Amino acid sequence: MKVLNNITGVATTRVDGRKKVTGTAPYTAEFNPANLVHGYIVNSTISTGTITKIDTTKALDVAGVREVFTHENAPLSVKINADYSDPMAPPGSPFRPLYNDQILYNGQPIAMVVADTFETARYAAGLIEVAYNTSGKSTTNIKDNLDRAFTDDDLPDPPKPRGNAKKAYQESEIKIEAAYLQPREYHNPMEPFATVAQWDADEERFLIYDKIQGVASSQGYIAGIFNMEKEKVRVLSEFVGGGFGSGLRPQYQLFFAAMAAKVLNLPVKVVMTRKQMFSFGHRPACFQEFKLSTDKNGKLTSIQHKAYGETSQFEKYTETIVDWSGLMYACENVELNYKLVPLDVYTPNDMRAPGGTTGMYGLECAMDELAVKAGIDPLELRLINYAEKDQNEGKPFSSKELKACYSRAAEKFGWKNRKAEPRSHKEGHTLIGYGMATGVWEALQQKASAKAIFTAEGHLTVSAATADIGTGTYTVMAQIAAETVGLPLEHVTFKLGDSTLPKSPIEGGSWTVSSVGSAVKMVCVSLREKIYARAQETHPELFAESMIEDARFEKGELSIRDGRAVSFMEILNADERKSIETSVNSEPAENRDNYSCYTHSCVMVEVHVDEDLGMIRVPRVVNAIAGGKIINPKTAESQILGGVTWGIGMAIEEEGMMDDREGRIMNANLAEYHMPINADVQEIDVIFVEEKDEIVNPLGAKGLGEIGMVGTAAAIANAVYNATGKRIRELPITLDKLL
Amino acid sequence: MNNFSLTQVDSAEEAVKTARLSTENNRYIAGGTNLIDLMKYRVENPDHLLDINRLNFSEISSLPDNGLRLGATVTNADTAYHQEVQKNYPLLAKAILSGASTQLRNMATDGGNLMQRTRCYYFYDTATPCNKREPGSGCSALEGFNRIHAILGASEKCIATHPSDMCVALAALDATVQVTGESGSRSIPILEFHRLPGDHPEKDTNLEPGELITAIDLPEKGFSQHFEYLKVRDRPSYAFALVSVAAALEIDGSTIKDIRVSLGGVAHKPWRLPEVEQQFIDQQATPQTFEAFAEKLIAGAKGYGDNDFKIKLAKKSIVRALLTALEK
Repeated sequence: MKVLNNITGVATTRVDGRKKVTGTAPYTAEFNPANLVHGYIVNSTISTGTITKIDTTKALDVAGVREVFTHENAPLSVKINADYSDPMAPPGSPFRPLYNDQILYNGQPIAMVVADTFETARYAAGLIEVAYNTSGKSTTNIKDNLDRAFTDDDLPDPPKPRGNAKKAYQESEIKIEAAYLQPREYHNPMEPFATVAQWDADEERFLIYDKIQGVASSQGYIAGIFNMEKEKVRVLSEFVGGGFGSGLRPQYQLFFAAMAAKVLNLPVKVVMTRKQMFSFGHRPACFQEFKLSTDKNGKLTSIQHKAYGETSQFEKYTETIVDWSGLMYACENVELNYKLVPLDVYTPNDMRAPGGTTGMYGLECAMDELAVKAGIDPLELRLINYAEKDQNEGKPFSSKELKACYSRAAEKFGWKNRKAEPRSHKEGHTLIGYGMATGVWEALQQKASAKAIFTAEGHLTVSAATADIGTGTYTVMAQIAAETVGLPLEHVTFKLGDSTLPKSPIEGGSWTVSSVGSAVKMVCVSLREKIYARAQETHPELFAESMIEDARFEKGELSIRDGRAVSFMEILNADERKSIETSVNSEPAENRDNYSCYTHSCVMVEVHVDEDLGMIRVPRVVNAIAGGKIINPKTAESQILGGVTWGIGMAIEEEGMMDDREGRIMNANLAEYHMPINADVQEIDVIFVEEKDEIVNPLGAKGLGEIGMVGTAAAIANAVYNATGKRIRELPITLDKLL
Repeated sequence: MNNFSLTQVDSAEEAVKTARLSTENNRYIAGGTNLIDLMKYRVENPDHLLDINRLNFSEISSLPDNGLRLGATVTNADTAYHQEVQKNYPLLAKAILSGASTQLRNMATDGGNLMQRTRCYYFYDTATPCNKREPGSGCSALEGFNRIHAILGASEKCIATHPSDMCVALAALDATVQVTGESGSRSIPILEFHRLPGDHPEKDTNLEPGELITAIDLPEKGFSQHFEYLKVRDRPSYAFALVSVAAALEIDGSTIKDIRVSLGGVAHKPWRLPEVEQQFIDQQATPQTFEAFAEKLIAGAKGYGDNDFKIKLAKKSIVRALLTALEK
């Protein structure tokens, strides 16, 4: 059996691209069922205390207002026996909107006006008067509260210490100690969170359009809150305007829309404002401490890495921050620690490369500091300590072409032209610096299901309840299906974003291609077998004696060795059965457990810093990636370009500015919360190095959603040091820190 | 956002009359790029908007004294790309183009640019005290996040800055603002148009209630040879200035015949001190001279914590801008 269709591995334009650029791809907030009413949410202005009075009289007097929901009139049914957990909820008690008068964080949703128009609801929302009793001091600064850090059984253990890091550090002559601080960051996908909820009172069913990275997440959440069978909650989310992790958990507008739709028995739309996009999960602020040492040859003798991440007062959100330090480099003495600091903030949420971009920012800056201390080129230091196997688990890698990443990036970038001495490369007022870092991300695979229906008209529809958050899922899955079955891409449709479709993991962790893609491949292999079996019945003269292994599936035809062929359509139309349908459940192969599966990268950047004014520009980035087989080089490159752009933002711009007096975020808008704009993003070269991997999954493909970001911020910080001689250990590196 | 009504007026007289007669809380609206945002945030809550876009203030025309008149409703984009502006007032064009984004500049008007309100975080957040938004409520920025705040001319009531780029160039060019109101028309020199906060930070300008900007006049002298608009900010586009400098020089050999420097991002109004400039006329245009000039222009600067860096930054920026202008 051979497949000659070369569809994967070929740069392919998005199948949904035309819909998106012509505005015909419907996003959640664009659904307008008959009799729709609109909700507008009011948020708290204190971070800790209680609501003593909430006066909705004036709001209710506004013509067109249907109802104002507060904790005082929220239905009991969402308080008693209601389960607010969702598949991604960390240990703790999930936030319950309108549950009582308690305020747990500044920006907490405390009321919603429902009115005939959005404008009326917004106007009336401004007329609600709230009085608070502020109890005690608001605690929102991680650095000031390290003494409250804790660890307990709910936290995953970091890898066990190996060797004796403290002793080795003490005995080493070449060593560094450094601490790094990074602020809260907010996801801010282009599309704000939105829900359109419809309640069918007769059938007691919900139909919900929701912005989410996996419909199962919203479905489970709503079923838990309203004590319903999941099957009675249908969630649709066919187009998502960016997620970056913010949609891994349902957001509060979903609760409000569903609750109001049920109580009022009317379709309700709730769309968050941009300001409200700063009122829930975010990348946690993090403080990290490193101690590294080497011998005189640059061989690492010890790694100590301690990280403090923030969490809320009601859930214990954790990230994998320190594990990378035990994984990345060959070192016999390693000690890793991770603690949480509970603050009066909403629970943090996974944000692009969660933990990885944080931990590797610290580790790769510390490695740069060590390289300077040891007088060794930073790239050379990485090569000296290259890990041939997973240092934490003692397992071999399923594949690791990181050395190729280093050499390809160095060649493309011109790393050999780097001047080791800081401030030694200058043109006019511009200080020029080169920096590099390693990137790594876990190549995960989850269980996933998929279904294929091949109709007598020759059209194949494959489906799974996954999401396309702008990553290219629609396109990549159609490519895998078309290639496997042997059809032109135009004859394949992939369906997603509907909770009635086969179960699929949430879209996150860079695992969608690996998990859903494997299921799609498997279901198409199964379909191929069914086509062949059918052909044996409908065309015995051709196939009765042949074996599927000898057959070819290509260009919509099934052919055998002697070249005789029959089209799929002919086979399907040969009798009354017509279409063929098949489903599969896929899961990671057992053999995978014997290996460590990771995506790797090498990022090299050039920065320009104005010697007097401190302004930083990033004119050039080279990112070389080892990500297994690249299914669609075009969408894959876009993922890396996006990741690098995020890294630029993390390094020099992004910061949720919290006024710790009230625990209130002060730059909750896109004018003042700076993230990269076009002028920030200049030349980015993406290189995919050849990497064969027969372990990771049947596709040999690893995920690419996060890896482009990991390492980028460290490479920029290191380049800034190379340019200026200043080691800025607090992100973002804004110009004031360089003056 | 408040409920409000809107009237499209057809003449300046009608606009001024309507604004005067109404007992309601009125605002003129042109491009609306700032006002609408402020209304959405409930910072501004007008009951009535007077749309002045139909008025005949949409031309750029020559003045009898060889100056140039910018109609109040000419867009920032049309101004920056206007042939005369590009040729004779490149400082103004550069300042405008360094502000906001293409989309905003296409919508925003020249009159409206003068009326921009501060970007102070606390002014925008109705949950926090702010004397500018709610006189007497206090200033949250004094001991809060004040990285973007004033180092010059501030008061204990308010440390906000004026966010405009255009106005910084207008200040350096000695523009005049033409206004009309209840008691007739008058001209306000640009340096007297905006105010320092003092005890009344709620007042951004010296306009009388109901007064309407009709035009901005530029004098003949445009410093088209030696000029620079330097904008120092956290990202290369779509960010407000931490410090900006409009610098203009007239040079004879290496002697300064005229020098104008106005600063943005550091005060409640474009910061310019003509008396300091006078002291430097006939001095040699050298880095040392420019450093001495910078010291005098920012004399008395005071930081409030997060914005301390602006003092050093302003000085370096002034010197850099003057050197760049000189080298042109």
